[in-house]
Amino acid sequence: MYFLSEVTKTYKGKRGLVKAADGINLEINSGEMISIQGPTGGGKSTLLQLLGALDKPTSGSVVFGDQPMQSMSDRELADLRSEKIGFVFQSFNLIPTLTALENVEMALVPLGISKAERISRSLAALESVGLGDRSSHLPSELSGGQQQRVAIARALVKDPSVLLADEPTGNLDEATRDEIVGLLVKLWKEKGITLIIVTHDSHIAKKAQRHLTIKDGKVSEKKVA
Amino acid sequence: MFFTYLGRELTKRKRQSALVATGLAIAIALVVVVNSVSGGIKAAQAQALSGLYGIGTDISVSKAATPGDFGHKFNIGGSDGRTSGAKRTFSKSQLRTEPFVGTVTDTQLNAINKVSGVTASVATLKLNSVTFNGTLPTFSQGGRQSGMQGGSFGGSNMPAPPTGGSDGAGGSSFSVTSFTVEGVSVTSSKVGPLASVSVKSGRNFTAKDSGSDVAVVDSSYASTNAIKLGKTLTLGGKTFTVVGILASTSTASSTPSNVYIPIDVAQTLSSNAGVYTNVYVSANSSTNLSSIKTAILRAVPGLTVKTSSELASTVGGSLATASSLVNDMGGWLSVIVLLAAFGTSILFTTSGVNRRIREFGTLKAIGWRSGRVVGQVVGESLVNGLIGGIAGLGLGLAGVWAVNNWAPSLSASVAQATNGFGGGPGGFGGHFGIAKAANSGVNIALHATVDPTMIFVAIGFAVLGGLLAGAFGGLRAARLSPSEALRSFE
Repeated sequence: MYFLSEVTKTYKGKRGLVKAADGINLEINSGEMISIQGPTGGGKSTLLQLLGALDKPTSGSVVFGDQPMQSMSDRELADLRSEKIGFVFQSFNLIPTLTALENVEMALVPLGISKAERISRSLAALESVGLGDRSSHLPSELSGGQQQRVAIARALVKDPSVLLADEPTGNLDEATRDEIVGLLVKLWKEKGITLIIVTHDSHIAKKAQRHLTIKDGKVSEKKVA
Repeated sequence: MFFTYLGRELTKRKRQSALVATGLAIAIALVVVVNSVSGGIKAAQAQALSGLYGIGTDISVSKAATPGDFGHKFNIGGSDGRTSGAKRTFSKSQLRTEPFVGTVTDTQLNAINKVSGVTASVATLKLNSVTFNGTLPTFSQGGRQSGMQGGSFGGSNMPAPPTGGSDGAGGSSFSVTSFTVEGVSVTSSKVGPLASVSVKSGRNFTAKDSGSDVAVVDSSYASTNAIKLGKTLTLGGKTFTVVGILASTSTASSTPSNVYIPIDVAQTLSSNAGVYTNVYVSANSSTNLSSIKTAILRAVPGLTVKTSSELASTVGGSLATASSLVNDMGGWLSVIVLLAAFGTSILFTTSGVNRRIREFGTLKAIGWRSGRVVGQVVGESLVNGLIGGIAGLGLGLAGVWAVNNWAPSLSASVAQATNGFGGGPGGFGGHFGIAKAANSGVNIALHATVDPTMIFVAIGFAVLGGLLAGAFGGLRAARLSPSEALRSFE
């Protein structure tokens, strides 16, 4: 699914250039569940953004399927994200003025499908995360766990090939964390998607098939016992 | 989804939406009020001028008098008048062009009519009918006075006190009465002094009146001087029958002259064959007046040519003050407030985008193209502008209503030539010159008018404000890199 070759990514930081990815070589197969761990500022989120077509590498290549992302235009990257890649963020990133249903629907807008189909697919996605009865609620009327469920529904409603989760339980209590992780693992198994989770939490990382660690922009992989 | 999202954003972010819309509304309202009052003032100026130049007159043409022409002169010879005892009374009447006014010839009129852009013209001959009545001592009384200058002032040689004249003591008295007479076309009244009149009694001129000694009289002059339909008037020694009493359709003024007679009769009677004092021109477009004026001056050099806007500048009084106030201060105030409103809209929209960076970053992350995000920002801004525009229009119309209900009436004075008295005696005879400029003043209620196109202009300004704000906000949103937008909050 992914093939990364000698990928580097540098940013202009306050103290000069920051190398967030430093010669990363990585292959990820379709349907795998991978955890990425590492210290803060080590490059976890940068790697996730490169995999999620949110950013292009400074050098090297990131191939998604057979598409080299570094040579794609911003419009092509947006289209790729709209069809193939789902995101779940630590802070949920729901639009506060829209209901749960409308938030999920937003992911289907770029696909140009009818309003009726958008609503039916969004309702089904909310049902799949156990929030069928909360579709008309605003994010502010939902708990943290419920908001993250809406975000997961939004990520999965378009049937993506890959789901990228950046600290999906970082803002949740332990009980809700287990609930969300359980949901993600369940959906991964049911839908056969590739699930890549960035996390500090070893409890979550243990659920993955492959464990990657990134430090100072360099990726290493621990063998699963 | 576009409208759902847009509606939610505007209703949930009421404070920001209200601030932007209010700023635009105030600016639009000011533009509407200033424009409407300006339109009302222009209409009031036209109303003040219509009595003088007639409705539909785009350009007025006249000619200055040749040097040395100082108006009416009455030469009274030593044997003039009728002697009755010690008094000598006389009455002299003249019908001639107004003082300081020159004439335009038939040839020049044809040249004016051939100028491109001139669609119609009416030429008239403005005359003054002046009657000079006086009472002097008889010649013998004057001789005694003359002899007195050569006599001595001592003892029994002292002359007897003067007698005769108007007061029986050798004095004199004079009176001058005058009114304006205008020779007009009996076939065309599309422009000119009779273009904006209504018949109060009798009739207006017809083609059959050409060459006839008939007159129509201004209703105000007729009522002041008890002139009735069917009665006669003496003009330049000729008797005219009054066939109509006319009134100006403008409530602000009477018609330009007191009495109207056929142009050919006026020319003959005043010894002005083939000439005119005034030419009222109608143009094919109000935007071409300046170039038509230039063309007329090129065709006939030496004329005095005034466009309608130049005529408007001759209006004085509080109307003129209000006009300059609205045009100068009002105009600039509108521009400043409009710019401030645009600036505020841009500022609020851009800061709104800044507050929603994560939101737009998320939208881009889930596959929204930059164009769609920008469209959303511009759409919100545009609707905000429209709300401000409609509110501003309502506010502006309320302001116009208030102006029309509570604004005081304006006084207008228009500079025009009229008659007075001047001159002095010369020996036993004498000459008396008559010439003076005066103003005619009227009170006009200001009626601010809302031009229907103003509604579109107001909405247009609001849309422009919304688009400008949306463009700046959208530009900010378009430049957002999704990774940077998300990174700054993660």
